Amino acid sequence: MRKNGSAAEQATAFLNARLIDPASGKDEPGGLLVRNGEIADLGNHLRRNAPERAKVIDCKGHVLCPGLIDMQVFTGEPGQEHRETLKTASQAAAAGGVTTIVVMPDTEPVIDQVALVDFIQRRARDNAAVNVHVMAAMTRGLKGQEMTEIGLLKRAGALAFTNGKTSVANTRVMRNVLLYSKDFGALIVHHTEDPHLTEGAVMNAGEVATRLGLPGVNKAAETIVLERDVRLVEITGGRYHASTLSCAESLAVIRSAKARKLPVTCGVSINHLTLNENDIGPYRTFFRVCPPLRSEDDRAAMVRGLAAGDIDVIVSSHDPQDADTKRRPFAEAADGAIGLETLLAAALRLHHNGEIGLMPLIRAMTINPARLLGLPAGRLEKGAPADLILVDLGQPWVVDRDLLRARSKNSPFDESKMQGRVLHTMVAGNTVYQYAAGDRS
Amino acid sequence: MTSSIVQTAFARRHLLTCDGLSAGEIVALLDLADKAAESNRQVIKKRDVLRGRTLINLFFEASTRTQSSFELAGKRLGADVMNMNVSNSSVSKGETLIDTAMTLNAMRPDILVVRHDKAGAVELLAQKVDCSVINAGDGAHQHPTQALLDALTIRRAKGRVAGLTVAICGDILHSRVARSNINLLNTLGARVRVVAPSTLLPPQTERLGAEVFTDMNAGLEDADIVMMLRLQRERMQGSYVPSTREYFHFFGLDHEKLARAKPDALIMHPGPMNRGVEIASTIADHSRSVIRDQVEMGVAVRMAVLEAMARLLPNH
Repeated sequence: MRKNGSAAEQATAFLNARLIDPASGKDEPGGLLVRNGEIADLGNHLRRNAPERAKVIDCKGHVLCPGLIDMQVFTGEPGQEHRETLKTASQAAAAGGVTTIVVMPDTEPVIDQVALVDFIQRRARDNAAVNVHVMAAMTRGLKGQEMTEIGLLKRAGALAFTNGKTSVANTRVMRNVLLYSKDFGALIVHHTEDPHLTEGAVMNAGEVATRLGLPGVNKAAETIVLERDVRLVEITGGRYHASTLSCAESLAVIRSAKARKLPVTCGVSINHLTLNENDIGPYRTFFRVCPPLRSEDDRAAMVRGLAAGDIDVIVSSHDPQDADTKRRPFAEAADGAIGLETLLAAALRLHHNGEIGLMPLIRAMTINPARLLGLPAGRLEKGAPADLILVDLGQPWVVDRDLLRARSKNSPFDESKMQGRVLHTMVAGNTVYQYAAGDRS
Repeated sequence: MTSSIVQTAFARRHLLTCDGLSAGEIVALLDLADKAAESNRQVIKKRDVLRGRTLINLFFEASTRTQSSFELAGKRLGADVMNMNVSNSSVSKGETLIDTAMTLNAMRPDILVVRHDKAGAVELLAQKVDCSVINAGDGAHQHPTQALLDALTIRRAKGRVAGLTVAICGDILHSRVARSNINLLNTLGARVRVVAPSTLLPPQTERLGAEVFTDMNAGLEDADIVMMLRLQRERMQGSYVPSTREYFHFFGLDHEKLARAKPDALIMHPGPMNRGVEIASTIADHSRSVIRDQVEMGVAVRMAVLEAMARLLPNH
């Protein structure tokens, strides 16, 4: 799926960089040489001097690290192209420093067949600026009843299997999926929210929901499903990843599962690391997401869980929605927020606020998802794909949704002040984004 | 002069919520409403405060008394009143709330009175139109004129609101009346209790300023005001309460439970009542029931709100 244009044949040298590689734990000055779409060499010896004929990029001391891998991206292709296509999503990704996106099967039709995996791959090959991988449906039509062809789908290239935005309510189906997927080493990525408890609910239960008169759901709806799933992992041995957790109680379940050496990992969306239910304020539908934003205590617990390694992966959970689905009364609006282009900048807020170090932050968006999904990217290493980003950690900018590349504009970070932006994005040795001074500042 | 207080005290373009209304604003509106109540008892009830103005009643949810109350209030102040009942099925026709708002806005009304079954919908609409907007009930969020008329009814019967214990009983979870009253009565210095089975209580109601009771006998102990809420039919079958019979047994207002309240306690209900479900029929017609006064004060309070708003409307 990666493009191997002619530019990849020429060597490119990134000099005078601060190399950050969470895979090796390195954070040091140096340089990096790209040739044939791969990382050909790196280290301090390349800090000042480039090989002959190499194109030189002076990093001016800024951070050069692996491009981000975002394993939860919803697009509108196929079926809702007016919201987002693979092309527009990939452009947003490139500008945000995301070099690999994993697209979710919640499309029309649902990605639950080999031909559809193939369709996405071909569309991405022809149109996308970054690497695009498919996460396929684990039940037909995402209905939670019949298992999909997990073996064939995996062979076709599906990186993992999920039930999208919904939890499988039927415990027997969930058990069988975990049991069957184990034979293929397939990863099951599950959204954890009890569908009966969440029915009709539009936000987190609590004082804010009570004041707003909105039906809320207790965060236990998440933990209940997670606890059940961990129990099923225990009896099946299937590889399990909870897609986006949102509360402290769920992290306790994860810690206990990991302590028992179960093949359990989990992710968190950038929204749940940087926003809380109070942001909803007067019914702002751009802050309506799934799972719902929780209390500030839960947000802080998620950041601590990330720093402690309880949480493995950060995702944007990029979910484009248009005016038809968002400019509505809160209870009638759709869930979802776009996030590809603001993922890194929003994550850097946590770093600038002193809530978490740079290394664990970048780790959760590079090497951790790479290992989970079996991708060779996400690391600075000889022979690894040259998926790289150059980041000015300090550069201030203000998010203007009209200037975002995503086709839908439902950003909860609209008008937010950010610090840190991507200067250069490279995918397999090709430059796919370059910051131009004056661009969206 | 009470009217001069109004000019300074209630100066808002919209009335969307009781949350954040100051005691001064509320008292000013109640004073104005007292006068309106007086004029409503005269032979000639009509005044010309809103002459030439257009008031549109935009109801996305069926209502008899609130809509007619606003209609009468508008007409008694001389406004041209139009009623629009937009069944929520028009949403399925494809027109969004905002489209509807923009269409109406183009007709240049001066005041829109809006009811919608979704919380926050009226506020959303208010952001999109140029005229004044009055919230006549949005989902389980707010119904400010109901809380104002309840406060007026209490003040006229008891002479004050501050220091009284008010027990709001019934389906708090789905009730905008409860939320508005909790806000407004707290601001006026009353002690507010809510009484309901746990399935009909929203989480952390105490944070809104209400003492929470799940035992009605305890909740009514020494109450000055017993305010009953309507239990909607769809809540009665199984998922929130097991049956009408059981609900009435534990949470219906009968003579026995009423005896727990103060001997001069007032009985209130925002209507429409389910006799025999949340309130015994004889209680509804009790000498201490002020349920019909509430209806009368409803017109007066709405006139007061309209009059206060009229002073802010642009004059050219």
